[in-house]
Parts: sequence; structure tokens; C-alpha cells
Amino acid sequence: MVGPSDQARAWAVAAAVPDPEVPCVTVADLGILRAVSLAGDVAVATVTPTYSGCPATLAIEMGIMAALRDAGFEARIDRVLSPPWTTEWITAEGREKLRAYGIAPPVGAVGKRALFADVAVECPRCGSGATQKISEFGSTACKAQYRCTACAEPFDYFKCI
Amino acid sequence: MAMFAALLELADDHLILGHRISEWCGHAPMLEEDLALPNMGLDVIGTARTLYAHAAEIESKGRSEDDLAFLRVERDYRNLLLVERPNGDFAATMLRQLYFSAFMEPFWNAALASPDVLIRGVAGKASKEMAYHVRHAGEWVIRLGDGTDESTARMQGAVAELHRFTGEMFLQSDAAAACGVLPDRAAMRDDWDRTIGMIFAEALLEVPDVAFPQTGGRQGVHGECLGHLLAEMQYLQRAYPGAEW
Repeated sequence: MVGPSDQARAWAVAAAVPDPEVPCVTVADLGILRAVSLAGDVAVATVTPTYSGCPATLAIEMGIMAALRDAGFEARIDRVLSPPWTTEWITAEGREKLRAYGIAPPVGAVGKRALFADVAVECPRCGSGATQKISEFGSTACKAQYRCTACAEPFDYFKCI
Repeated sequence: MAMFAALLELADDHLILGHRISEWCGHAPMLEEDLALPNMGLDVIGTARTLYAHAAEIESKGRSEDDLAFLRVERDYRNLLLVERPNGDFAATMLRQLYFSAFMEPFWNAALASPDVLIRGVAGKASKEMAYHVRHAGEWVIRLGDGTDESTARMQGAVAELHRFTGEMFLQSDAAAACGVLPDRAAMRDDWDRTIGMIFAEALLEVPDVAFPQTGGRQGVHGECLGHLLAEMQYLQRAYPGAEW
């Protein structure tokens, strides 16, 4: 029998799956996992990808499917594009985990910036605001590269979109 | 079928541009750009994938997203001539990216009101990504246009080579007009002119008058360069039919 406790368990199982490229945070921390519902015996996980071409999308979906199956559920993924994912969906806990891992969390509101205008990003290691952008693009689609001029460490910035 | 044909035009624009950008991987002038270019390529290839999958579903003849992307002949591709142009130097690649993204940003913004739920979904993501591309490419066009004698000459050369291919972006094909789910391309003109005008003014570049815009991509009449691109892009699927990973 499937009951309300199964629904909560299915969510907990799916929500604990780590992001394959940023393993310090889970798919729930990032806001990629939107919901898990039970349709009969099947757990349906609703997932919203971050970027159009994010190569981790398939790995994330496979990770969620595997976790649900290991917990005894039949599993299905429902990929939903609307509303589009935004960094505003990253939870407060997720932001702290990113910082502790050495990735500066997204800063400010989503919106258009003027050409050459940069946001002030705090160094996740020493907390200094004396940082410089190295590149708008980084090791994954969701990150930019920065360096701290106070502690001289380079770091990733989870860009705001 | 108008909807299928219209989706294919849009998907082909993104796939062919994405492939062109991917050719830079490992060859960019600096490490940061070697990361930036494939990142931008991934954005447009991701958009192409969703559009091909949607087109394949609508066609419902059993063709997959991969079949549409890799197993058509040159004359069946409907992409804009602009996106198939060879990369040239870094200046030309950045200028092509600016021309395309300055068009697609308002296009996807308008498509947020599409009656088709999948188009709205693609538009929500792509409009933000295109704004990012306009920024990145626009900043490079300004740096190089208003840079050294060498970079200025290169950027001026890129404008002279590529500007004649931009007019085709604003032409609405019969299929796109009939499908009822895509914005009118001609309506992007003011936005595009404003963006390009603003960036060119900063870059000390002149917007050239084009007497004879180059067109033909939407009819499948391409430059010689597309065949060479397809030969490389399709090689794996032709040599190992049905290969997956």
C-alpha cells in the first residue's frame, strides 16, 4: 500500500541526490528537483534543468531514478522547462554549502547588467570583497571564474541567472 | 507541415552555430575563451536538442532527434547562412555571435507569449542565455574594435565579411508565418538595430549599408562551407549508424 509516508519518503530519497558536478549540494538545495509525487506505485520526480545545454541534466535524472529504485519505488522523470530555473531557487542552506565548498553563491537579483559592469562577489575563502572577474564562463555552464586580490586564491562563482 | 518545418529552421540555426563554436574547443586564443566558447556552444546545442525532439514528435514518423540532426543531406538543412559561415579569426566568431544573439534575445523574449508550451519553456531559458551571449560577445567586439591597429583591422574585416548575412534573420518563412507559435522575425529589427548600433558606436565601428543581402539558407541553398561542416558533424552517425552513448 502506498500512503502519505511513502510520499514523504520518496521526496527525501530524491532530494538527497547530490549534483554530479557540484557534489556538495543536492538537487533539492539547487532547486532542480521541483516535486516528487506518487502515481499509483510510481514515484514521479519533476525536474527543471539549469541551462539549456547543461551536460549534467541526464546524469541528474539518472541519479534520481537510481535512488528512487534503490528505495523500492518504480520511478519516472517529468522534465519541466516552465517556469525556467533561476538561481533564486537555490535554498539558503544550499548557498551556505556552496560557500563552504569554495564556490561563491550567486549575488543580487536576476536582471540585465550593463556591458562591462560586474557585481561585487565575496571571496568564499577569506570573505574579502576585493575580488576580480577572470571570465564570465567557468568549469561548468553555471559558473564564472573569479580571483581574490586579498588572499590571492582563484575561485568559482555560481553565476546569477 | 508548417509547424515541423518552422521548428526545423530554428533548430538548424542553433545546431549549426553550436557546431561551428565547438570547432574552437582547444584552439581559442586564451584559456578563459577556450572555456567560454564551448559553454556558449552547449547553450545553443541544448536549445537545438529540445527543438528537434519537439519537431520529431510532431512529425511522428519515427524519426528521432538524432536522425533529424545528423541524417539529413545538405539541401534539407534550413539554417541561416550567417551561422554556417566559417569561424575565421576570433574577431569574426565574436561578431557572428553578437549578430545572432542580439537577434535571438528579443526573439525568445517575444516567444515567452507563444501558445505552444514547449516553445515558451525553451524561450524562458534561451532568452536569459542569449542576454549573456550578447554581453560576452558585445564586450569583445568593443575591445577589439576599439583596440590595437591589428584588432581594429580584424574587426572591421569581420564586419565587411559578415554583415551581408544578417538581413536573412529578419525574413519570415512561409512555414514560420503559418505555424502560429513563433514571433514575427521582422519585428526584431528595431531591437537588433539598437543593440548593434550601441555596441558599434562604442567599438568605433560603422554599420555598413548592404546593397545585396545574402539569402538562401531557408530554401536549403547553402554556401560550400556547410557541406564541409556536415561531413565532419555527421561522420560518426554515417560510419556507425545508430551509435549512442
